[in-house]
Amino acid sequence: MTREYQRMATLLKPDPTFYPSARTAAEAPPETLAYIVTFDPTAKTPDALEVLDVDPKSGDFGKRVGRLEMPHTGDELHHFGWNACSSALCPWAPHPHVERRYLVVPGLRSSRIHIIDIKGDPRAPKLSKVIEPEELARKANYSRPHTSHCGPDGIYMSALGAPDGGGPGGIFILDHETFEVKGAWEKDRGGQELAYDFWWHLGQDVLISSEWGTPKMVESGLNGEILLSGGYGHRLHIWDLPKRALKQTIDLGSQHQMPLELRPSHDPNQTWGFVGVVTSLEDLSASIWTWHRKDSGEWAAEKVISIPAEPADPSQLPPVLQPFKAVPPLVTDINLSLDDRWLYVSCWGTGELKRYDVADPFKPRETGSVRLGGIVERSPHPASEPLNGGPQMVEVSRDGKRVYLSNSLYATWDDQFYPDGLKSWATKLDATPDGGLKADPNFFVQFEQRAHQVHLQGGDASSDSYCFS
Amino acid sequence: MTWSAYWTGLVVLGAYHGVNPGMGWLFAVARGLQQKSRRAILVSLLPIAIGHEGSVAAILLAAALARPFLDQRGLRFAAAGTLLGFALLLLFRRRLHPYLGMRLSLVGLAAWSFLMSSAHGAGLMAVPLYLGLQVPAPGQLQVPAGVLQALAAATLHTTAMLTVMGIVAVLVYDRFGLGLLRRAWVNLDLIWVGALLVAGVATLFT
Repeated sequence: MTREYQRMATLLKPDPTFYPSARTAAEAPPETLAYIVTFDPTAKTPDALEVLDVDPKSGDFGKRVGRLEMPHTGDELHHFGWNACSSALCPWAPHPHVERRYLVVPGLRSSRIHIIDIKGDPRAPKLSKVIEPEELARKANYSRPHTSHCGPDGIYMSALGAPDGGGPGGIFILDHETFEVKGAWEKDRGGQELAYDFWWHLGQDVLISSEWGTPKMVESGLNGEILLSGGYGHRLHIWDLPKRALKQTIDLGSQHQMPLELRPSHDPNQTWGFVGVVTSLEDLSASIWTWHRKDSGEWAAEKVISIPAEPADPSQLPPVLQPFKAVPPLVTDINLSLDDRWLYVSCWGTGELKRYDVADPFKPRETGSVRLGGIVERSPHPASEPLNGGPQMVEVSRDGKRVYLSNSLYATWDDQFYPDGLKSWATKLDATPDGGLKADPNFFVQFEQRAHQVHLQGGDASSDSYCFS
Repeated sequence: MTWSAYWTGLVVLGAYHGVNPGMGWLFAVARGLQQKSRRAILVSLLPIAIGHEGSVAAILLAAALARPFLDQRGLRFAAAGTLLGFALLLLFRRRLHPYLGMRLSLVGLAAWSFLMSSAHGAGLMAVPLYLGLQVPAPGQLQVPAGVLQALAAATLHTTAMLTVMGIVAVLVYDRFGLGLLRRAWVNLDLIWVGALLVAGVATLFT
C-alpha cells in the first residue's frame, strides 16, 4: 500500500476545482466524467467504483469507461465524498493549495472506508488506503459510515450507530491529510440518538443532522412494527459547529417517518434548507420541509410540499404494501442546484423525479417531472424496456443543466419494495432554464451490480461547501 | 547595509503579509460580504492588525530583552537557528485547524490573527531585520531603549501590513471579486518557507 497520501503534493496555485462561492462554481466547465459506486446485494463479488463518460463530445458518451473493485466483498458502497473541496478557501483556515484528488468511499454495511486516488488517469482510479472498521470503532465508537463532507478543518462523516449495531449514531472526523480517524465529533450530543445525514451553514457556524435508524433498525429491512409505532427518526438536530454541541432539536412529529437528505442553501449568508421525509403514517404521503432560522435565533421547520400516495390494485403491490392499497411516493433523495433556485425530488416508490422552482423556499412551485420505473408504473426510459426501481440518488451538475439519477435505495429495502429483483440503471436528465425536465435518450447505463450515489469530476451540487456568498 | 535598509525591510515584510490572503484580508472581505458592508471590512482589519502586532511584538521584545545578554555572534546564531528550525517545522508539520468559524467577535478575530501570525512565524522573520537596526544611543545599551525600538519596529511592520491589506481587501470587494483568488493566489506559504530558510542562512553568515 502506498504511503504517498501522507504527504500530499502542495500546488503552486489553488486547485482549479475550488470556488469561493456557489455562484462562481456554477460557471465551472461541464463535467466530462462521473463516478458511481455499485454493490453486489448477494455480497459474492466485490463492490466497485465505476467511471462513466459524460462528455457529449466523446465517442464513449454514456458508457462505463473505468472500474475499480474493492479488496473485499459485502461492503455495500453507498454514499461517498472528496478529500478536499471549495471549503479549503474558507478564510479562517485557508489551505487552497491541496488537491481534490481522493474519493472517500465508505461501505455502509462493512464499515470499511476506502480512500481512492483519481489522479494520474481519472478513468483508472487506484486504491490508496483502507480504514478498517476496527479503527473506526476503537477511535470513534461508531460504525456504518454514511455521508461524507469535506469541511474547512477535516473530513466529516456520519455513522448510523455504534459497533454493536445500536445507538447512538453520530459524526466523526477524518484527518484530511493522513485519513486517520480522529474521533467522534460531538462534545455534547444532548438527546440526539439516531443519525443519518448532516450538512451545514458554514457562514452561520451551524451544523444540521437528520435521523433514520440504528443499524439494528434498518439492516434486515424496513421493520413494519417500528414504522407503524413511529419508531424511525422524525427529528432534525441543530448544532453549534465550533462548540460541537447540540443547540436545538426540531421534532417534525412521529407520524413523519424518516427525514433523510439535508440540502441547506449553498449561499452561506442564507439560513434555510430542505429536508425530504420518506413517508407519513397518516396517509403514506411524502413531504419536503423547509427549515429556517427565525428572527429570535430559534430554528423552525415547516412542511412546504406534500406528495400524495397513488391508489393501486393490491395485486400489483409487493406484500409490504398490499394492506394499504396504494403506492407511497417514498421521497428518498433530494438535491438543490448551486444557485439555490431548483429543487429535485426523487419519488422512489411511484417512480418519478419532480423539479420545483424554489425561488421562494417557502412556496415551491412544481415545474417539471419525469417518470421512470416505479412499483406499479414501471415507466420505461426512451432507450429501455419498462424499468423497475425508481429515481433515487439524484445529483445536479454545477451549472445546473444536467441531472444524474440511479435507482437503488439499500439492498434489503430494494428487495421489499421491488421483490422481483431490482435491475440497476443510471441515466441523465436535461434541465431547461424554464423549469422543464427531460430524459436524455442517449444516456442510459445498466449495471450487473446495483448503482448508488453519483459524483461528478471536479464537484457537483452536493460535494462542496462555500464560505463566501 | 545601512540601518534604513533594515527599516525598509520591515516595511516590505509587512507588505508581504498584507498581500497574503491567509493573513487576514480574505477574512475581512468575507465579513464584508456577510454583512454586505464595506465598512465591516475596515472594522475587521483593525483587530486583525492588533493580533498581528501582538504576535510580532512578542518575538521582537524577546529579542530586545536577550540582546544585552548575548554578544552579536550569539544573537545571530540563536536567530538563525530559530529561523531554520521553524522553516523545517512548517515544512513537515501537520496542518492543525481548531474550528474557529465564520462568526468570530472582534476580540476573537484579534485572537485568530495572533494565532495565525504566530503559527506563520511572522515575528521570527522580523528578528534579523530588527537585529540589523542601529542600537539606540551607542554605548548605552539599556533594555528600555531596546524595548521601545522593538515596539517601533513591530508597529512599522504592522502598519505596512494593514495598509496593504486594506487596499487589497477594498479592491477585491469593490473591483475584482473573489474570482481573483482562483487565478492569483500563488502558494505564498511555500515561498514563505523558502524565505525563512534564506533568512536563516543569511543571518548565519552576515
